[in-house]
Amino acid sequence: MAEKRKDLIKISSGEAEQPFRWSAGADGSKFLTEIRDHKRFMGIKCPKCGKVYVPIRRVCGPCYVEMEELVPVSDEGSIVTYTVVQFGFVDPSTGKQKPVPYCYAVIHLDGSDSYILHFVDETDPEKLKIGARVKAVFEDDDKRTGSLLDIKHFALLDQTG
Amino acid sequence: MEPVAIVGVGMTEIMDNHLASNYADLVFEASQKALADAGMTIDQVDNVITISNDFFDGRTISSMAVMDACGSYDKNVSTVEGDGTFGAFYALMRVLSGSYETCLVCAHHKGSEGVMSLITNAMFDPIYERSLGIDAITSAALQARVYMERYGVSEEECALVSVKNHGNAFKNQVAQLPLKLTVEEVMASPYISDPLKLLDCSPVSDGASALILASKSRARQITEKPVWVKGVAHCCDAFHLGDRDLSSTRALEEAARKAYAMAGISDPGREIDVVELYDAFSYMELMWLEGLGFCERGEGGKLTSSGETAMDGRLPVNPSGGCLSGNPVVVAGLNRIIECALQVRGDAGEHQVEGVRTAIAHGINGPCGQSHCVWIMGGEA
Repeated sequence: MAEKRKDLIKISSGEAEQPFRWSAGADGSKFLTEIRDHKRFMGIKCPKCGKVYVPIRRVCGPCYVEMEELVPVSDEGSIVTYTVVQFGFVDPSTGKQKPVPYCYAVIHLDGSDSYILHFVDETDPEKLKIGARVKAVFEDDDKRTGSLLDIKHFALLDQTG
Repeated sequence: MEPVAIVGVGMTEIMDNHLASNYADLVFEASQKALADAGMTIDQVDNVITISNDFFDGRTISSMAVMDACGSYDKNVSTVEGDGTFGAFYALMRVLSGSYETCLVCAHHKGSEGVMSLITNAMFDPIYERSLGIDAITSAALQARVYMERYGVSEEECALVSVKNHGNAFKNQVAQLPLKLTVEEVMASPYISDPLKLLDCSPVSDGASALILASKSRARQITEKPVWVKGVAHCCDAFHLGDRDLSSTRALEEAARKAYAMAGISDPGREIDVVELYDAFSYMELMWLEGLGFCERGEGGKLTSSGETAMDGRLPVNPSGGCLSGNPVVVAGLNRIIECALQVRGDAGEHQVEGVRTAIAHGINGPCGQSHCVWIMGGEA
């Protein structure tokens, strides 16, 4: 570790931010509006390869063709991979340390052929596994704003019953 | 491909905090070293490529801010935002165009000055991924888990990569983090984002590096030890993590296939003498070894356990200590090329592998190795 040197000056960027207002596009807006207003997921189907993408986007990457056919996708699915985060990362949406531990997962929604990323409200390594069934838990009706965080998290479904 | 050679290389020391140097100071040091190594003056450089990332630098057009430091005054200078292997690829294209005979490539990075998790979070999609707080480490953890589970790779096998590479770093004078470790010590380090532990992750680093490429005729005038680019290719997978099979190495396999074909290599395990690859996390070394075709999918851990990738093994991998021992992002890939060039020349010093004729360098760009760039270098044109 370098010695602390008092002859060297550091300049802080200060409290200023670089705010942006990103367009979700017509497709992204449709996807987020469906979640906000109806608590449901919408996918889009490639006319060439038949793959159903979530979230909705204009182009199928591998085929490079425009997609138009919207298809409903389940709010239940399975875990493709996951990690339990133990380190106090700054949450970019709040600028504050997010309490640990928490779980990220890549989730395969039933009826789709691509995956989405979200939180799972479980950190017990005994309960988490690849292939575990999960279901989306949405924010209350008066709290949904048209963002991915209108989904609070996914919850593990009880597999015993 | 018309032969192009690496004729000069320079690296700063990789440190956790180059407190006494700003970006430009680091770039100046690296470019001066590359020129001295080539025995060239800046007047003999036709054009310049800079490699940087605006978010890491905390300013826009970060490449332009170092133009004095890399001697591009009154020159054609262009920029790559991405890993150094991709920047050097652009430089190679410029020399191959015939418009330039020499190109200086400079990369710089200071991880010490920003907040790494916030910056790497910013590479993700702002509508669908970024608000979740995902970053380079947590996304890598998702990849590590699905890769390890699919192929039955153990955490101990990943830990062995960390033991090997930190050990190799003792012989590399520019390495930041030489460590004498055991598998047990890596296993006992705390989970950051499981299955990744602290000692499975590369450190936050500062550094810069530079290399000079020259056309065939100029290269022979400049140096007696040109390192020839035998084959090079890159290939990119989907951007959204959810559109990818994170356990797959298809983009790397495709890049490697093209580079091997260009270099006339049919059996990489026999024809390659040393590998410098982008081990930002220990599991990545195993995955990328498989993607480069040195073993079957899922066999990277066994290859490592057998000792074949050790300094004294049949196929030394990351004799420099790799990114695990110092990871100035975007510089790191250029360092892989430079390390290979030094190995081919026989100038790698204490971490020289004996009898290197052909070397392979590898860099990645984007989360979880979205894009891969493969360079094959040798001592004969």
